[in-house]
Amino acid sequence: MTSVQAKVDDRRRAPASQVGARRRALTIAGLILGVGIAILLSLSFGSRTVSMAEILEGLTSWAQGRTPAEIGAIAVQERIPRTVLAIIAGAALAVSGALMQAITRNPIADPGILGVNTGAALAVVCGIAFFGITSPYQYLWLALGGAILTAIFVYNVGSVGPGGSTPIKLALAGAATTAALSSLVSAVLLPRTAAMDTFRFWQVGGVGGADWGTMAVIAPLLVAGTLVAFICAPALNALALGDDVAVGLGVRIGRTRLLAAVAGVVLCAAVTAVAGPIAFVGLMVPHVMRMLVGPDQRWILPLSALGGAVLLTLADTIGRLIGYPGETEAGIVTAFVGAPVLIIIARRSRIKGL
Amino acid sequence: MTTHTAMPDLAARTTLVRAGRIRRSRRRVIVIVILAVAVLALISAEIMLGKTIYPVSDVLAVMRGESVPGASFTVGTLRFPRALIGALAGLAFGAAGTTFQTMLRNPLASPDVIGISAGASAAAVVCLVVLRWSGTATMFVALIAGVATAAAIYLAARGGESTGGRLILIGIGIGAMLDAVVSFAIQRAAQWDVAVAMRWLTGSLNGSRWESVLPLGIAVAVLLPLLVLLSRELRALELGDAAATSLGVRVDHVRVLLILAAVALTCFATATTGPIAFVAFLAGPIVSRLVGHGSSLTIPAALMGACLVLTADLIGQFAFDTRFPVGVITGILGAPYLLYLLIRTSRRGGSS
Repeated sequence: MTSVQAKVDDRRRAPASQVGARRRALTIAGLILGVGIAILLSLSFGSRTVSMAEILEGLTSWAQGRTPAEIGAIAVQERIPRTVLAIIAGAALAVSGALMQAITRNPIADPGILGVNTGAALAVVCGIAFFGITSPYQYLWLALGGAILTAIFVYNVGSVGPGGSTPIKLALAGAATTAALSSLVSAVLLPRTAAMDTFRFWQVGGVGGADWGTMAVIAPLLVAGTLVAFICAPALNALALGDDVAVGLGVRIGRTRLLAAVAGVVLCAAVTAVAGPIAFVGLMVPHVMRMLVGPDQRWILPLSALGGAVLLTLADTIGRLIGYPGETEAGIVTAFVGAPVLIIIARRSRIKGL
Repeated sequence: MTTHTAMPDLAARTTLVRAGRIRRSRRRVIVIVILAVAVLALISAEIMLGKTIYPVSDVLAVMRGESVPGASFTVGTLRFPRALIGALAGLAFGAAGTTFQTMLRNPLASPDVIGISAGASAAAVVCLVVLRWSGTATMFVALIAGVATAAAIYLAARGGESTGGRLILIGIGIGAMLDAVVSFAIQRAAQWDVAVAMRWLTGSLNGSRWESVLPLGIAVAVLLPLLVLLSRELRALELGDAAATSLGVRVDHVRVLLILAAVALTCFATATTGPIAFVAFLAGPIVSRLVGHGSSLTIPAALMGACLVLTADLIGQFAFDTRFPVGVITGILGAPYLLYLLIRTSRRGGSS
């Protein structure tokens, strides 16, 4: 190759990569701004709407560890834990969805659609009903176990036969499993009024019941899962080219898949354990990010985390507004926003793969 | 010479074909009779069994309008409407399910899998639980919502090549969205009433009353015969639009009628009992095993639907210490079959 031609190639490549870089920078800036705005909105709206001054007062007094005098500032303090939970739960769910989509090369892989949430729910219900479990710390491990088993089951049923896991097979396997498991959940719960009381607050996903203790328990899992996800990102890029090419590029595909899958399931199971089943965050956010910054997992994964945080925090705030004076769980809001996105994905002609 | 050898051959073949036809139609009639007897037996069981078991004479006396102490209330007010609504809803779900499955040539395309029941259920729960409307008004709103859902799914899935798989995928998405509406409505209801919630989440015959028998009965009495009348055209449609047209079927006309009738049956039944899981989906494939290919499945599938609902309700009432709503039982029994069907279709190569 002559140096002239190399220069021509460089010139041809340069503008495109510059556009890509500018676009990425804009996206990152927009998402960070979005997180800030979402936090502000989440702190200010609710059954009592507060002013900017009250938010400041609430935050400063919270930082100093004292109880503020005004009721508005107290309301702000009450909203701090749920805002934090919405941010970390949204981020974890979105990263989990991005990982699952990357591993399965299937555009509709999402913890909710794969039935992972219902699997976690059944495990938790059995724990409450048969073993008298009440502490969230024990829920967590049950939810984790149930989620992992369900994910493995659904993925295997959905990838039987030639062509591997097509979106339609995966969606049907997930829907059937969800139907069976939720019937079992009802069957376990109906005879036990006490268990029903404990569980019904958990059944619809939401961040209203946030408290620092349970968040502290899942925090290490979330951090570990996210780190593994980011470390796997380059290998996942290679995986997107097909197994043969990935092996040729020196990626250990079995280990990468396993690590990324464990990280993805742990992330969504940990969130499900504290916040209940929240669907469609993991489906929507990675798709939007892929549209904005292209198919590079090294960008998709961190940006999905930001996008998921914005989405779930806003969904929680919207839920508080439309449910006024009570509140509507964030899981209901995300399902309502998410289904149209699923339809758009299904309508795209090249549905078979990413 | 050729005619000499061909003639007996042809005659033999004709008798063979005729014998096959007769055998198949006899098999179909036998299946229908057995299923009809089973439905009647299940209805009687549903009426007689319970905490107190009433003998046939008491039940007959109640039916004649005589007042029998105890039995008049239990049988006349509680069990009779329950049995009738169970049977009617089963007929409606079964007939509607097999119509969709045959028309779309896909066993997975039943109204409960592709989200039409969810549409009717969401409308019904909003009207009954949130707005506190009457039963009849609710029926019509549920009907409109079901038709609108079906139209939305159809429009969203139109265009492009493989409509079948896409229709199901979109249906599942719309179903998830409408289920969110149901959860929302149940939460907004004044108190979190477990019975009401279970009814709209999984379908239940608890709280069946005489008032709801009549609208559902009229709907089944009008729409089921319509589907049966159109069953010949439906079988022609299964061969593809071109073949159906050449057989003299007005394809678009018939298709719209079939969809409307099937959606309406689903909606009326759902507005009465809630979305009883998987009955519409299961009835068709089960009877097609019993009856075999090549004959209309509408009547046997409707009867099978009624058998499924009534059997599941009896299991739910008596098999365990707790009374489970019928939808929980059909959900637990039906979902594994869906998974099995999915695995079998995938093994043979692609379900989309």
